[in-house]
Amino acid sequence: MKQLKNYIKGFMKYKDLLKELVARDIKIRYRRSVLGMFWTILNPILMMCVFTVVFSRLFRSDIDNFTIYFLCGNVLWSFMTESTNNALNSIVGNQSLIKKVYIPKYFFPLSKVLSSLVNLFFAYIAMMIVMLVTKTPFSVTMLLSVLPIFYVMLFSIGLGMCLAAWMVFFRDVFQLYSVITLAWMYLTPMFYPASLLEEVLPAALRWNPMYHYITYLRCLVLERKIPGIAENIVCLAFSVTIFLIGLRVFYKKQDKFILYI
Amino acid sequence: MEEYAVEVKNVSMMFNKSKEKVDNLKEYLIRFVKKQLMFEEFWALQEVSFAVKKGESVGLIGLNGSGKSTILKIIAQVMKPTSGSVKVTGTVAPMIELGAGFDADLSARENVFLNGTVLGYSRRQMEEKFEEIIDFAELWEFVDTPIKNFSSGMTARLGFSIATANLPDILIADEILGVGDYKFQLKCEERIGKIIDRGATVLFVSHSLEQVQTVCSRAIWLEKGKLMMDGEVKQVCKSYLSR
Repeated sequence: MKQLKNYIKGFMKYKDLLKELVARDIKIRYRRSVLGMFWTILNPILMMCVFTVVFSRLFRSDIDNFTIYFLCGNVLWSFMTESTNNALNSIVGNQSLIKKVYIPKYFFPLSKVLSSLVNLFFAYIAMMIVMLVTKTPFSVTMLLSVLPIFYVMLFSIGLGMCLAAWMVFFRDVFQLYSVITLAWMYLTPMFYPASLLEEVLPAALRWNPMYHYITYLRCLVLERKIPGIAENIVCLAFSVTIFLIGLRVFYKKQDKFILYI
Repeated sequence: MEEYAVEVKNVSMMFNKSKEKVDNLKEYLIRFVKKQLMFEEFWALQEVSFAVKKGESVGLIGLNGSGKSTILKIIAQVMKPTSGSVKVTGTVAPMIELGAGFDADLSARENVFLNGTVLGYSRRQMEEKFEEIIDFAELWEFVDTPIKNFSSGMTARLGFSIATANLPDILIADEILGVGDYKFQLKCEERIGKIIDRGATVLFVSHSLEQVQTVCSRAIWLEKGKLMMDGEVKQVCKSYLSR
C-alpha cells in the first residue's frame, strides 16, 4: 500500500514531464516541414487513399464499404505498431538521460504510447473525413470508439514496456519484432474478410487481440451496433493481461537498465 | 528534523566487466552453450559509509575511476547500489552532467521546460523562474535557437542555470565548473556559495583541489572504490597530494 502511494506521489511530481515528453515528440516530428501540424491529418488521408486504391482495385473483394472496413482496422493497427515500435527504442534511445538523472523510467514507453494516441486522434478525424466523402452514414455508436481505443492503448502500454525492457538486454528484439509485426499484420484481417482466415486458421483469429479490437471498432462504425458484454470481456482480458505482464517485466528489470545501456 | 541530509551506509557497487558486452541473442546463446557467461566482477565501490549533515558542503576527491561519480549517481538515485543503503532527505538537484536531457532539436526556451520537468519541477515553477534562468545564462539573444547550434559553453550555462534556479536542498555537482569561460565560472561559484549560505547541502566533485577548498569545508578521499580519508578539507587534500 505504501509502495503504491509512493508511485502515485512520484507520478504526481513528474506529471508535467510526461506532458513535455509527449509535446516534444509531436513538435519534433513536424519541425521544419512546410505544412507542419497539418501533416497529422493529411498523412493518414493520403495513406488511406493509397491503400484504398491498391486494395480495392487489386484485390477485388466482396466486402461492403471496403474503404471504411479497411480504415477501421488500419487506424487501430497503426496506433498499436507505431506506439510499440517507438516504446521499444524508448529506454535505449534515452540512455544519456537515464544515466544522469532520476526519473520514473516507465515514463519513456508511456510517453511514446501517448504521443501515438495523439496521432490516432488525427487519423480518426481523417477517417471521418473519408466517411463524409464516401457518404458513409455516421452514427451515435461511434462515440463509443473510445472503448476499443482504450483497450488497444492498455495493450500497447503493456507490450511496449516488455519490448523496451527486453531491448536493453537483447538488441535483437528490434529485428525480431519487425518480422513478428509483419507476420502479425498479415494474420490480422485488415484488408480481407475475417471469414477467410476463419476457414484455415481459426486459432490465429481467436488468439489475436488486434482482431478483437478491430472487429469491435468495425461493429461500432460500420454495423452501428454496440458489441455485447462477451466481446468487451474478451478485449479487456487481453488488454489487462498484457498490461500486467508488461508492468511486471518492466519493474523487475528496470534497476538493471543502467548497467546494460 | 533529520540531522543528516545524506546517509550512505556500507554501500558497494559491482559492475560486470565482460570483455565485450553480450547484448545480442546469438552471442548470448553461444556463450551460454560454452558456459562462458561468467563475468569478471568489478567493484566500483566497496563498503563506503559516510553521512553528510544538513548545510554541510563536502568535496569528493580521488583519481579517475576511484568511484566518485558512481557514489554521486547512487545518491542521485540514478543507480541502485549492489548492497548497502542510501538515505536522502530533501530535494536533490543532480548535476552529474550539465544539460543531460536537453533535446538538440528544441530551442532553449523549450528545453528550459523539458529539462526543468526532468529535474522534477512543475511547469508552473519553471514559468516563474524562466526569466531568471535566461538572465543568468545570458542567452536572451538565442532563446529561440535550437540547442544543437549552441556552443558547449552556452549549453553548460543553460544547464547550470536551470539546475540551480530552484535552490535545491541538496546540490550534487560532478566536475561541472570546468566548463564555460572564467567569467561564468566565477558566477557559478558565486551562486553555489549563495546556495550554501541558504543552508543547502552540497556534494562536490572536482579535480581542482583549489576549487574544492574554496567551496567545501570537508573532503572525502576515495581510491579504487574505498574510502581512504574523511575529514577537514585542507588536511585531506594535503594527504591526498603527498600520497
